[in-house]
Amino acid sequence: MAQLFGRRANTIAKASIAGLLLALAFIIWASTELNTSAYAYRVQMSQEQPVQFSHKHHAGELGIDCRYCHTSVEVSSFAGIPPTETCITCHSQIWADSAFLEPVRASFRTGESIQWNRVHDLPGFVYFNHSIHINKGIGCQTCHGRVDYMPLMFKVNSLQMKWCLNCHREPEKYIRPREAVFSMDYQPPENQMELGRKLVAEYKVQKLTDCYTCHR
Amino acid sequence: MKPKHSDTPHLHVLQNRLESVGGREYWRSLEELADTEEFRAFVEDEFPGRSPEWLNPPNRREVLRLMAASFGLAGLAACTKMPIQKIIPYVRQPEEVIPGKAMFYATAMPVGGYATGLLVESHLGRPTKVEGNPDHPASLGATDAIAQASVLGLYDPDRAQAISLYARLSAYVNFLAVMNRVREQQHQKKGAGLRILTETVTSPTLAWQIGNILTEFPEAKWDQYEAVHYSGSEIYHFDKADVVVSLDADFLGGMPGSLRYARDFASKRKLSEGQTSMNRLYVAEPSPSITGSTADHRLRMRPTEIETLARSLAGRLGAGQAPAGTASAQVEAIAKDLENHRGSSVVIAGLQQPPAVHALARAMNQALGNVGVTVTGIQPVEAKPVDQIQSLWTLVKEMNAGQVDVLMILGGNPVFTAPADLNFSTAMGKVNLRIHNSLYFDETSELCHWQVPEAHYLESWSDARAFDGTVTILQPLIEPLYGGKTPHEVLVSLTDQPDQTSHEIVRSYWQTKHTGADFEIFWEKALHDGIVPNTASPVVAAGPLPAVPAAGRAPDAGTLELNLRPDPYLFDGRFANNGWLQELPKPESKLTWDNVVYISAATAVRLGVENEDMVDLEYRGGKLRAPIWVLPGQADDCLTMYFGNGRRRGGNVAKDAGFNAYLLRASDQPWGAPGVQLRKTGNRYTIANTQHHHSMEGRGIVKSATLAEYEKDRDFVKHEDPETPKSQSLYPEYPYNGYKWGMTIDQNVCTGCSACVVACQAENNIAVVGKEQVVKHREMQWLRIDRYHKGDAANPEVFNQPMLCQHCEKAPCELVCPVAATVHSGEGLNQMVYNRCVGTRYCSNNCPYKVRRFNFLLYSDWYTESLYGMRNPDVTVRSRGVMEKCTYCVQRINEAKIDSEKEDRRLHDGEIVTACQAACPTRAIVFGDINDTTSQVAKLKQQPLNYGVLGDLNTQPRTTYLARVTNPNPDWVKT
Repeated sequence: MAQLFGRRANTIAKASIAGLLLALAFIIWASTELNTSAYAYRVQMSQEQPVQFSHKHHAGELGIDCRYCHTSVEVSSFAGIPPTETCITCHSQIWADSAFLEPVRASFRTGESIQWNRVHDLPGFVYFNHSIHINKGIGCQTCHGRVDYMPLMFKVNSLQMKWCLNCHREPEKYIRPREAVFSMDYQPPENQMELGRKLVAEYKVQKLTDCYTCHR
Repeated sequence: MKPKHSDTPHLHVLQNRLESVGGREYWRSLEELADTEEFRAFVEDEFPGRSPEWLNPPNRREVLRLMAASFGLAGLAACTKMPIQKIIPYVRQPEEVIPGKAMFYATAMPVGGYATGLLVESHLGRPTKVEGNPDHPASLGATDAIAQASVLGLYDPDRAQAISLYARLSAYVNFLAVMNRVREQQHQKKGAGLRILTETVTSPTLAWQIGNILTEFPEAKWDQYEAVHYSGSEIYHFDKADVVVSLDADFLGGMPGSLRYARDFASKRKLSEGQTSMNRLYVAEPSPSITGSTADHRLRMRPTEIETLARSLAGRLGAGQAPAGTASAQVEAIAKDLENHRGSSVVIAGLQQPPAVHALARAMNQALGNVGVTVTGIQPVEAKPVDQIQSLWTLVKEMNAGQVDVLMILGGNPVFTAPADLNFSTAMGKVNLRIHNSLYFDETSELCHWQVPEAHYLESWSDARAFDGTVTILQPLIEPLYGGKTPHEVLVSLTDQPDQTSHEIVRSYWQTKHTGADFEIFWEKALHDGIVPNTASPVVAAGPLPAVPAAGRAPDAGTLELNLRPDPYLFDGRFANNGWLQELPKPESKLTWDNVVYISAATAVRLGVENEDMVDLEYRGGKLRAPIWVLPGQADDCLTMYFGNGRRRGGNVAKDAGFNAYLLRASDQPWGAPGVQLRKTGNRYTIANTQHHHSMEGRGIVKSATLAEYEKDRDFVKHEDPETPKSQSLYPEYPYNGYKWGMTIDQNVCTGCSACVVACQAENNIAVVGKEQVVKHREMQWLRIDRYHKGDAANPEVFNQPMLCQHCEKAPCELVCPVAATVHSGEGLNQMVYNRCVGTRYCSNNCPYKVRRFNFLLYSDWYTESLYGMRNPDVTVRSRGVMEKCTYCVQRINEAKIDSEKEDRRLHDGEIVTACQAACPTRAIVFGDINDTTSQVAKLKQQPLNYGVLGDLNTQPRTTYLARVTNPNPDWVKT
């Protein structure tokens, strides 16, 4: 009777075991990468919204201050999403008949809130506070990007913990004068590190990396 | 494995052991004291009978199914994008609302008619937590466990959710139509067939409304019945009392004004605040209460013996006829002490005591010159003070005679709580139209035609008076979740304006009281402050002393005496559906989820019963089967049971818990009397008790001395147990340049009331686990109150020690976590990071204080929608497989720190108040920055009484305790 397995069978067996292990390692690596990728975190991906609200138009072209709508950003953990009433203050006069704005008018008429899709979202065990960042000289643009160029809102940063820690470990690199916090086109000066160190000292910025700073 | 903590050790064995080998000085339970084999095996395991989930062998199919599911989920998880969540703004944002910032509104919680002022925390219109109102006389900023748990009561999914007729869905308009017909019919009879049954009413508006109705229907009647009826006509000033004698009065925990009384009492007891003298408390009581556990001398007595004591004490003080024979040495000692403190003492009689004892207490206060100084008579706080049992009895008689056409029951659950001999439900069946306004569809609703869901106090406009008469206007924190109606609204259905809201009703009453043009200012201020100024009941001059009824015949020796009491947390049973309160260990026994028959060890031995034995009780025809629990400190030949459990209806939590002691209630002896029969049944019943959990193996955890010993040796704490020098640690010290958080707990004033435990539960979204899990020692409360005993096994001294994460400097838990899920913070907090935790439980194993809690199962209710609103949005809701523990309320620390940073300043002392600290009636808990030498906590840590628990381990805990100092009478003779 002929041999059931040829000479190459051993090699094939060894190679396939190795291959299997490699494949497994690849799958684990690939899925971890994928899971933490910009894709999974929806970075740079515009989000559909019930109303085609353009930050580019409002914040960029019209130059409305961030705080006109995000009223609680300086005092509360939550920056605030404007109530329908805020939209209507202008849009009862301007574009009052626009079909695009029907959901806004409907909301005002019926008292039902507009349900926006959240763009910047953190997991439930992370507690971020807008007001303290604003007060310590972190610009809106530093985290949210050039909102004034975004027709539909998208994330420019993953908001992953390692990204947060970049700044929490070296705030000098990112801090700006308080006057420039709401500026969209602020350019860090040549001597950012020098200025940064000065501002960190002046604003008493602590490099908080304790877990309880954000998790509780 | 079933925990074997049930064998009752024989008392004489215990006594011998205590006497012969010196015994352990402090002990936690009779079983520990007896030191049986079983007990040692039991405490060896932190979680006895652990992982019984694995004891049921999984079958092949199950394993495959689970594996397939996990592979499937693993695959899915690898390719999920972040889910998109909704963000929903207001349409019109209220001006004062700032999303992310909590707001506080003043209101009050009435229990048994008497209000405690509260400030309720609201997040975007959702009440999430209550705190005491510092301006309210009954609160002074503190709260009790019941008030803390009331938030869960609001969001309880088991509440009655719709108006019903014959238990079928109906509509309020239909109800109004029926009431309109009632109005027409009763008008013709002048209301002769109309009866309104309420609980104790202190609400001026409700009394005014009822008064108006009685004017319109002159022959209608208003009856009142409250199972636990306090008549508020006397208030006490414990801050002026140096000697207090309590005749079965639980004034620190179980009566209107308790929070205030506890604060006043503690102010005379805190040695930590530079005080060198202490008050002295004598308590005579049948069953241990929190007041008894605080006493310097506790007399263990049957209720009938207390009357004898009162008579001989009064006789000795010249305030009554002394009984024959000479007064005992103890009576003599108490009398002398009282005589030495004329005008600065209090004699107080408890609710369960007969009129004779109350009359004697009054006479004694009069004789001692206390009246007007430490005891003040006030005009009754109730709108109509009556003998409520008499009132109910009359109503039953009229119903039986067919004189009642319409019965409106506003609040209360009389079918459950009425004395059994009145047969209230049968009598009620003879009424043509029965209407019940209640929070739950309960035993009474079941037998009524209409059930109108009641609005919770957090949903109501109303008003109520405190123990001293001060009125608070209740304002709602939220629209009624289930369209509930307040009693005010149900009552107006009888008038010509049936759709008035309670807001309109309450306002229109107060407009009659405050007629000026500045009504709006008055109204806004009253709402804002949470009190209506100048509404305290006026002081009345002491009238003539009531005659003291003659002494009855003393019961024969060996007759068992029945002693019924309201449950310390469930009250009369109205809070029985509250999981937080059901799972809160009872202060005297650490039992949860049940009520039992408390018995003394000697009586248990005599009757041949032991823990968890089911017995049949019979008293005046009432029969009840309930389990036995042997309780140190219980009077011999006395059986104590709490009302409140054993509900048949009224929610899923209430339904299966405990036994209904109301079956033994008789209308002429509502709190029991001698003559109860006990029979063993041979059945057993498992009880969830937390007393042995996390036993500390008899190490020097509690420290105490008498005042005289303390005077002699101020540093007794250090001499007793020298601390290990810090240099013995291999680990380097942490530098703390900013804040350094720490806590002290004063055991001298901790009464064990457990308000802190529930406050912590509410603040930190702590889950309820259920009886079955408590039996497995898996309760989740971050803060527990350990109860230690000392001395005499029959009537021991009691020490309460709140135990929570000690935030050790050299924390044993931090070193063993393989994933660094528990680490030290730069401010000395021992941080627990849920998202890192993989559930090895090494940390818990290595924790010498046993304060870590593990989510063995998914305990947090993630699915009941109504509970979403209740949770504190600043704290993570934990999932299965995660360790958790006290964080020193880090959410409050962070919030305050951020606020101070924005103002570019350091935090002031007292700016951060932890949830437990805020709730504490006696201010036993102090939290703050130890780096700030002027802070209260830093000063307390310099006190000679300050010590760290298990200091010899060199864990250097940040939470330290102040040793207990008692003030026994030097002339006391032990019997």
